Amino acid sequence: MKKLAIIAAAAAFLGLAQAPVVQAAEEVEIPSHDWSFSGMFGTFDRAKQQRGLQVYREVCAACHGLRLVAFRNLADLGYNEDEIRSLAADYQVEDGPDENGDMFMRDGVASDRFPAPFPNENAARMANNGALPPDLSLITKARQQGPDYLYHLLLGYQDPPAGVEMMDGMYYNAYFPGHQIAMAPPLMEGAISYADGTPATTQQMAEDVTYFLTWAAEPNLEARKQMGMKVILFLLIFTGLLYAVKRKVWADLH
Amino acid sequence: MSGFKTNNRTIKWLDSRLPVFSTMNHHLIDYPAPRNLNYLWNFGSLAGIVLVVMIITGILLAMQYTPHVDMAFDSVERIMRDVNYGWLIRYMHMNGASFFFIVVYAHMLRGLYYGSYKAPREVLWGLGVIILLLMMATAFMGYVLPWGQMSFWGATVITNLFSAIPWGIGDALVTWLWGGFSVDNPTLNRFFALHYLLPFIIVAVVFLHLWALHAFGSNNPLGIDAKGPQDKIPFHPYYTVKDLLGLGVFLIIFAGFIFYAPNYMGHPDNYIEANPLVTPAHIVPEWYFLPFYAMLRAITFDIGIPFTGITLIDAKLGGVLVMFGSIIILFFLPWLDTSPVRSSRFRPLYKLFFWVLVVALLVLGYVGAMPPEQPWVTIGQIATAYYFAHFLIVMPLLGKLERPKPLPASIADPVLKPGPATNQ
Amino acid sequence: MADTANAGQGADGETRRDFLYLATGAMGLVGAASVAWPLIDALNPSADVLALATTEVDVSQLQEGQAITVTWRGKPVFIRHRTSAEIEEAEAVPLSDLIDPEPDEERVIKPEYLVMVGICTHLGCVPLGQRASDPKGEFGGWFCPCHGSHYDTSGRIRRGPAPRNLDVPEYEFRDDATIVIG
Repeated sequence: MKKLAIIAAAAAFLGLAQAPVVQAAEEVEIPSHDWSFSGMFGTFDRAKQQRGLQVYREVCAACHGLRLVAFRNLADLGYNEDEIRSLAADYQVEDGPDENGDMFMRDGVASDRFPAPFPNENAARMANNGALPPDLSLITKARQQGPDYLYHLLLGYQDPPAGVEMMDGMYYNAYFPGHQIAMAPPLMEGAISYADGTPATTQQMAEDVTYFLTWAAEPNLEARKQMGMKVILFLLIFTGLLYAVKRKVWADLH
Repeated sequence: MSGFKTNNRTIKWLDSRLPVFSTMNHHLIDYPAPRNLNYLWNFGSLAGIVLVVMIITGILLAMQYTPHVDMAFDSVERIMRDVNYGWLIRYMHMNGASFFFIVVYAHMLRGLYYGSYKAPREVLWGLGVIILLLMMATAFMGYVLPWGQMSFWGATVITNLFSAIPWGIGDALVTWLWGGFSVDNPTLNRFFALHYLLPFIIVAVVFLHLWALHAFGSNNPLGIDAKGPQDKIPFHPYYTVKDLLGLGVFLIIFAGFIFYAPNYMGHPDNYIEANPLVTPAHIVPEWYFLPFYAMLRAITFDIGIPFTGITLIDAKLGGVLVMFGSIIILFFLPWLDTSPVRSSRFRPLYKLFFWVLVVALLVLGYVGAMPPEQPWVTIGQIATAYYFAHFLIVMPLLGKLERPKPLPASIADPVLKPGPATNQ
Repeated sequence: MADTANAGQGADGETRRDFLYLATGAMGLVGAASVAWPLIDALNPSADVLALATTEVDVSQLQEGQAITVTWRGKPVFIRHRTSAEIEEAEAVPLSDLIDPEPDEERVIKPEYLVMVGICTHLGCVPLGQRASDPKGEFGGWFCPCHGSHYDTSGRIRRGPAPRNLDVPEYEFRDDATIVIG
């Protein structure tokens, strides 16, 4: 009983310790969305990730960087070497210095990372009315309930409720902490035409880009969950055996 | 207990010159342990194993990590993305820190419940408190290394605690700690060096802790001393296998977190690179510091001489003193507890207060995570007051006032034929 | 105690117990080995290091008689656009004169371009001879200043303590003027 009580107390402590952090960040409740990558057997969805990459490149990339992701990583999404090479070559990457001591631009190669949209933070703020568009490499891990938050944020633009005074150049978003966001609504119905012919509704784009960015933040998610299955299965059997051994050894004593 | 015996001549030769084998045999194989230890006694060896896991994963991480403010964050992400199994090693280390504290807190509460700190084990307990302090320092500095927002602001807030020391010493001390005028590259570098060093000092103190333990042997759930060989059993195989079983259960839970909720005990803000110009909306320390953080914030008032307007200790210094005092007080526990009976099993009143203390700690943990607003401030103050009252008032008085239940004659006695007084 | 308790069960109980201990021990070993592998593999080259394992070099600007040094996997690689005189000289050497006999045509894909890892096979110094002003040794190729190894215009060791010719890395011509090393 006491053992149980202590274990329960420890568990409750962990639970308690977490809960207020969630609340304290912002009072907005974020509904949870059904993601294929959640749960113990979760996996990504290659088609959605590929469409999400297209959304990132055609919409987000104008302002948001993805500096931790290299073109070679796109092999995870099911692209082959040639596709990655030609995709990388769409980008210009600064290299150098050459023999004259000058920096020069060249086509991207697989080992390059996504180039930043702005040369530095000040340039980014200058171009965005003083706001800094965050890098998206880790965005789903850097927010509470990251994927849900991102999805609902992208779809959460509304007219401000009566009595809310909007600051200059700000937009009302139901899910953004403080509700005033500098980012204009990024997704427009049919703004892009998907390579696979999927209709580009705003929901579809928001979901696809969340799939892509969740992968970008945690590329080893699938490997992690698959390894977890094996490790825990092994440990369950091993601990079962240890239990039998312990009973046998202690049988002498009782 | 038979001594160490072998027929292998090489081992004999070595052992007569450097008695490693007979020492290991003495402390790990033949070592006599009370026959009635329950599963709460697993947490000691478990803590040792977690320490080893932390050191091994930590060394591998250190080989890939760059302690520079411009590169630290990206080098951690490189470990997560590019290094073979880097994500696994980092998640083991990250969650290992939390689990280390879970195991050590359980170990301490067990000691508190069964009176393991009482004579003749005062030094054993004191060494344990030193280990806790070293662990806290190590964990705090380790949390700074990924150089995320919480790393940076946590370091800023905690190091600023020292500025509470009056007469200008505090500010000089903080500048000295930082090696500059804010938390910056020199701070990160020294924290990395110390984060690498301290675990090995912990290992050394763990050896002293074990030395002190083996001087008198383990306490046990009955809290009475062993009367003879019938009360003891050899450590191997009985407790080696019991510890291994406990390890197996522990590893299942540990693996559950590593593989399925690796960031549950972390904070999302630490996946944003440190920015000295932007403070996160709500700075919270890691969960294992929350009760102490709550005590720090409980002191919202100056302490002075009444009616004179003279302030002796301002709120800031008071908070710092209370926070450090909450751990320092543990050193005096063996003398604050005046009861001759160790185990709570025979102390019905103390048992009650023990659980009140546990509740107070849980409440403090919760309050530590809340913003410093009402009603949390008052609740935190009440819980802090209880924490200190428990050690300074309840424990000394209870030892005098409480009438303990009758103790069994020996360990073997109630184990072999359970009596009504102890079978609960 | 154990013996008396199990006396009634006889040998059968013993075997079952031994099997249990063996199975548990074996599983423990397998577990320990599986934990060791990720820790060991973490020290192998990481994905970003492997991604830089090939280097592309544009040699269209490299004039006859000139040489460039590029970095490949953290090591210097010498690329020399050899003159026809140098090629002839390299091809004319009888194999019997060589310390490490190797015909010139086995060391090049196109005879004009000699591609070699620029690390002396003796003790790992970088030989001189890339720049026009460098000493090129007695055989017109490269000269290692550390212990005086002389290499010819095919990068073969001719005199000095080095045991082998300069190593030729794996490379290919993507087109006429682009060399992909690695």
